[in-house]
Amino acid sequence: MAQSQAPATHADAETAWQSISTDWSADKQTFRVPWGKAMMWIFLLSDTFIFTCFLTGYMNVRVSTAVPWPNPSEVFGLEVFGVSVPLLLIGIMTFDLITSSGTMALAVNFGYRRDRGRTAALMFMTAAFGALFVAMQAFEWTKLITQEGVRPWGNPMGASQFGAAFFMITGFHGLHVSAGVVYLCIVAFKVLRGDYEKRGYEIVEIAGLYWHFVDLVWVFIFAFFYLW
Amino acid sequence: MSAATGQQHPLKLYFWIWGLLFLFSAFSYGTDFLPHGYFRWGLILLFMVAKAGFIIAIFMHMAWERKALIWAILGPPVVLLVLIALMVIEGDYTEFTRLNSFSAPIVPSGHAAAEEANH
Repeated sequence: MAQSQAPATHADAETAWQSISTDWSADKQTFRVPWGKAMMWIFLLSDTFIFTCFLTGYMNVRVSTAVPWPNPSEVFGLEVFGVSVPLLLIGIMTFDLITSSGTMALAVNFGYRRDRGRTAALMFMTAAFGALFVAMQAFEWTKLITQEGVRPWGNPMGASQFGAAFFMITGFHGLHVSAGVVYLCIVAFKVLRGDYEKRGYEIVEIAGLYWHFVDLVWVFIFAFFYLW
Repeated sequence: MSAATGQQHPLKLYFWIWGLLFLFSAFSYGTDFLPHGYFRWGLILLFMVAKAGFIIAIFMHMAWERKALIWAILGPPVVLLVLIALMVIEGDYTEFTRLNSFSAPIVPSGHAAAEEANH
């Protein structure tokens, strides 16, 4: 036992490959992070596979259809004072999510400084930006369903797979954002109450990992669904 | 205890990355005004990868984790490239057979359904 712990003390001197073999073969825990953080990363890894399968499925139907795909730039455009701006709402939603990612990163930082007030405030702010995102998405869906006549089985603009791909991908992402808002509010409330004074504030970083991942998924959805 | 494992970095770094994410989001949005083609696709992917890299490396602190965790998390998604490649090939083939075998004039298949929905 004493031998197996020896490599950890001079960890800085080892090369990348040595550190991998040390961590995986030392007959002890592999990841030198809190277990909750390792589990969150593994959950996010599984989520990566789910979202990639959705986006790949969407890519496959879009490539294989012989009918023209509706132009997202026009479908998701908004008219502002009589001028139609392409992808306006989606652009605002993107900036909204980036902003929330920034406030979350700051919350993690203040958490480790044990500044409970600022940590909770920044987390509630992050959740508020998240809720705003879901609200804009609800507006987008409503416009698409009631005004453009988009259904999961067809639409007046082109390939009928458009609706199914759109509702499934953005719906699943929106569900993640909604769950994240609830998750952040719970953790922020517990931070404020002082629940983590003894256990430490890794929990804020773990919640942050989830939130940044939601933003990360949106980066890919924005590129592949809206900009293609 | 927590101070030993915690990720503590200067605030300045986060503000820098935050700014860069805004900048690249603006660039990303800007690509929508370019004509479709390889140039536009290149820029879309470039900005996408840059944003994803900043978020994972800095905001999610992956840059400071040990290699055992980095490889365990970032390694497996590489196999997804195989799935994507297979589905591109399969999708192209399906389109080819559709264009080849259905010679009738192509009508948007969503038309009938959408009209039904409107009534």
